[in-house]
Amino acid sequence: MSVLDVARLQVHRGARLVVHEVSFTAERGELLALMGASGSGKTTVLRAVAGLDPISGGEITVDGVTLRSGARPRGTLLRDLHRRVGMVFQFHHLFAHMTALDNVTLAPVQVLHQPRAAAESRAHALLASLGVAHRADARPHELSGGEAQRVAIARALAVEPPLLLMDEPTASLDPARRDDLAATLTELVSAGRTIVVASHDADFVDACARRTLVMDEGRLRS
Amino acid sequence: MRRRTVSAAAVVCVLVVTIGSTVAAQQPRELRWGGDAEGGAPFVEADPGDPSRVVGFDVEVARLLAEGLGRVPRFIQVGFTSLDAAAARGDFDIGLSGIEDSQARRARLAVTVPYYEFREILTVRQADGARFRTLGDLQGRRVATLGATLAYDLLAKAQTENGLIPITYEDDVHPYSDLALGRVDAVLLDQVLAERGSRRNPGLLNQPAPVAVGHYVGILSPTNAALRDRMNEILRAAMRDGRLEAIFRKWRLWNDDQPKLYARVLTEGTAPEAQSLSGNVDPWDATRRYLPALLRAALITLVLSCVSMTLAVFVGTLIATGRVYGAAPVRTFLTAYVEIVRGTPLLLQLFVLYFGLAAVVQLPAFVAALIGLGLNYAAYESEIYRGALEAVPVGQLEAARTLGLSDLQTLRLIRGPQAFRLALAPMTNDFVALLKDSSLVSVITVVELTKETSIFAANIGSWVLPGALCAALYLALSLPLARVARRLERGWRVA
Repeated sequence: MSVLDVARLQVHRGARLVVHEVSFTAERGELLALMGASGSGKTTVLRAVAGLDPISGGEITVDGVTLRSGARPRGTLLRDLHRRVGMVFQFHHLFAHMTALDNVTLAPVQVLHQPRAAAESRAHALLASLGVAHRADARPHELSGGEAQRVAIARALAVEPPLLLMDEPTASLDPARRDDLAATLTELVSAGRTIVVASHDADFVDACARRTLVMDEGRLRS
Repeated sequence: MRRRTVSAAAVVCVLVVTIGSTVAAQQPRELRWGGDAEGGAPFVEADPGDPSRVVGFDVEVARLLAEGLGRVPRFIQVGFTSLDAAAARGDFDIGLSGIEDSQARRARLAVTVPYYEFREILTVRQADGARFRTLGDLQGRRVATLGATLAYDLLAKAQTENGLIPITYEDDVHPYSDLALGRVDAVLLDQVLAERGSRRNPGLLNQPAPVAVGHYVGILSPTNAALRDRMNEILRAAMRDGRLEAIFRKWRLWNDDQPKLYARVLTEGTAPEAQSLSGNVDPWDATRRYLPALLRAALITLVLSCVSMTLAVFVGTLIATGRVYGAAPVRTFLTAYVEIVRGTPLLLQLFVLYFGLAAVVQLPAFVAALIGLGLNYAAYESEIYRGALEAVPVGQLEAARTLGLSDLQTLRLIRGPQAFRLALAPMTNDFVALLKDSSLVSVITVVELTKETSIFAANIGSWVLPGALCAALYLALSLPLARVARRLERGWRVA
């Protein structure tokens, strides 16, 4: 059963068409890789799925929630979408004024209205599973690139979205950390999560992706 | 031949030097006299027909003195409250601007014989004519006057004796218009000003019994006693031959008090006793007397600055939020507000709020001061906050969005707190600036630290001690604040 269904997606940046008629699906428990050179449109597809940029044609359906062309999604549609999609950014974008733990508990407490104690114990468990439990009280500027990325993954997973999007996850990692990340993602997928990764790191994609799509100048290469 | 050329050249040189010095000698010397043209008629004011000239009875007294000395009068504009200090520094030969005789002035300046006797007159609204006859009737009431005058000293004395509230103005027009509006209950000033004030504002009444009597004198640097003595002779001669009388008749100020004054000046040879309400002018003693008032004024400065800054932060936050998140018309309106407020002087804004709007809404002076300062600083604060909000990385805002946070939650939990940390240092800077800018509100009758200091300085005739005390009090207010801000910044530093 597909968690993500992208059908004939088109995205404009200004007057320029940057994603042409892209269609693909991702199944539950699948790690799908979007590959391609810089500027091929991988990140644009992820941003459209995450509701960050408006789409100008086609449809995106995430676990029953459908985005159509028009303005950026707002209100109920946006809230419904973000229960289903989490995103880990290339540069992590952790909230600079909060500790790692507060970054992870923010959405569960403020959006899902979980009690703080419950959110914190779940956040500790998530950080521990990603190997950064000891950094719970650190501020983002005190974390290494690998640690920041793990905290960002924990933050995205804290709201338990069925679909996790990751943009260039290996960009700030050394080879050893890259292998660790591949192992972590494999574990997440085997636990039933769907992950879409945009990357141009072929070794990493080979190590963990079940299926790979290649983008070139805004189109999927067949 | 060569020898003849040399002597011819020498003759030419001598001729040039001689002619030059003769021309210089033919240029009559100037009598530089200082006054405040803002004080207006009948003292000194710009000629309505030719604003580059001044007219008034003091202008004519100056001309009379200059003629007696064989000099040409030249007017030098000096603010009224700075006249004493300028005379002491020798910025002009003589100051003439309705300057009152006092023991303090005689102690530190060379003072001429008095040339006019005036009465201090209490002006009230006609409806209050029967109940406010003397200062004693004005317990707990607001009574307006000019700072650093005999009238102010009289009111300060009445304040300690019967709890009247002196309100000081920087000019002699607004006390009367504010009396007509009901902002004050009486005005105490020279009869010259009282008559003009009640003529311009219908519904006012000058009480017939004078509160005190004073004299106008000319002031010179204490090193100029010889010139002062020559001027005294010129003034006495003008008293004898009726030239002074002619001047005051022309300005319709001649009355029965003047011949008596002139008779005393001419027969006794010395000036009548000067008014002495301030008593001893020993600076240390004066400091002891003024210290409570300075501390009270410092408290007013502090309260005014804190409340204005709170208003500025609140309004500034609303403006910044509106400019970052608002629709196009809202953004245009707020941008216009910021540009107008930043582009016009705070002094003008205070005048408009207090005097300009008085016909529509009569704000109490303190309220007008804090609204004026608050709204002015709100424009500057809003620019700091807008910059700080826009400095929070877009990536963090997108991350908040993908986590399902609403725009308001993102502002409250992510953008706002980080922007506040960025804004803290410039905000502290602005608060220290506000603390000092608050001295401008003295123009709308709020007596804060700087105004109280200038009254103190005028009273003792020196800025050294009052200035040092005032600076110490401002530093005592601003330094702890800077420390607190630095500590907060360290605690909240964002990488």
